[in-house]
Amino acid sequence: MKTCLVVDDSRVVRKVARRILESLDFEIIEAVDGADALTVCRGAMPDAVLLDWHMPMMDGLEFLKRLRKEPGGEEPAVVFCSAENKAERIREALDAGANEYIMKPFDGEIVVAKFDEAGLL
Amino acid sequence: MNAPDLDFLCALVRARSGLMLTGERGFFVETRLAPLARREGLASVSEVIERVMREPSGALARAVVEAMTVQETAFFRDRQVFGALASTVLPALGEAKPTGLRVWSAGCGQGQEAYSLAMLVDEADRPLPPIEILASDLSTAALEKAQAGIYTHFEVQRGLPIRRLLRHFEELDEAWRVSSALRQRVRWMRLNLIDPFRVDTGYDLILCRNVVSAFAPDARVTTLARLEQALAPGGRLVLGAGEPAPDGFEPVVGSPCVFARSGEHQIIIAA
Repeated sequence: MKTCLVVDDSRVVRKVARRILESLDFEIIEAVDGADALTVCRGAMPDAVLLDWHMPMMDGLEFLKRLRKEPGGEEPAVVFCSAENKAERIREALDAGANEYIMKPFDGEIVVAKFDEAGLL
Repeated sequence: MNAPDLDFLCALVRARSGLMLTGERGFFVETRLAPLARREGLASVSEVIERVMREPSGALARAVVEAMTVQETAFFRDRQVFGALASTVLPALGEAKPTGLRVWSAGCGQGQEAYSLAMLVDEADRPLPPIEILASDLSTAALEKAQAGIYTHFEVQRGLPIRRLLRHFEELDEAWRVSSALRQRVRWMRLNLIDPFRVDTGYDLILCRNVVSAFAPDARVTTLARLEQALAPGGRLVLGAGEPAPDGFEPVVGSPCVFARSGEHQIIIAA
């Protein structure tokens, strides 16, 4: 079973994402911000990361930059999931190593399509 | 909705568009016509139907038929099909006809298919010959949206990888607009596939996906025969997933949903 780390400071979003991704047969790990997520990744790299942008402690972009410098940190497919919907900001996330990008609000169908694009299904 | 109303409506839609409604017809009709009733300032769907019965050739009847035919769709719907178009079908057609290719998206809805094709052309590794894209649909409302090329966050996330979004769209306030370069590639036309239509012949590639399988049998046969007439020698016809090869056509091996006239298939491969 593939693992997906869901990183979002909103419990509601984590819950919604968990429900969608579990239906796609992912085992879910949750993290509440970038610092928390980095700790998880240092323990064991997940196959996928669904990543919010704006979070307390460490934001999604900072987490992504640090993740890609970790040993094995190139491996996980990272799908950003953010209300940050400006083209310039999206490009910034891709340049930092994101594989795909979901603009909030989203639904299950979009998550499936984007995970498929990222080669995760 | 009562049964006579529903039967009247289904017969009207079938006669005007070829579309045969099946399954939960009552529910389908309600969901499609409720927005139309609101827009027209009518109290209910029943009132819409009553007016259409009084004036079956009027503008409202036409709007009703159009509202029933439009389908939600996605960019690059059936990715393998677009993969085959990009890697094999378009390059082979281009080699056979370097002077230029003509492509027709028949039943283009809100334009996602035509723009997906335009993106493929733009992204081609080896430049393709000049390509003219015609996109036609029965619905004026769908065509207006297609031509404007403006899609919501939800719509652009259906089938469109993020890099393609950034490459081919520009941001509008709460939406995205297809780049003007792409919009200029497509010509839009209102066309009812079951009316005796006159389009130019000589289309090298015709896409008519998930359209005729919803048609009544006679409408399906007529429409496919007309598409065949519009197809250039050596041309390719693309149907929706699961739609069978029309008479006189055979599947192109390795390209899902792509058909060639029987006997023509090998020629292009050899070229």
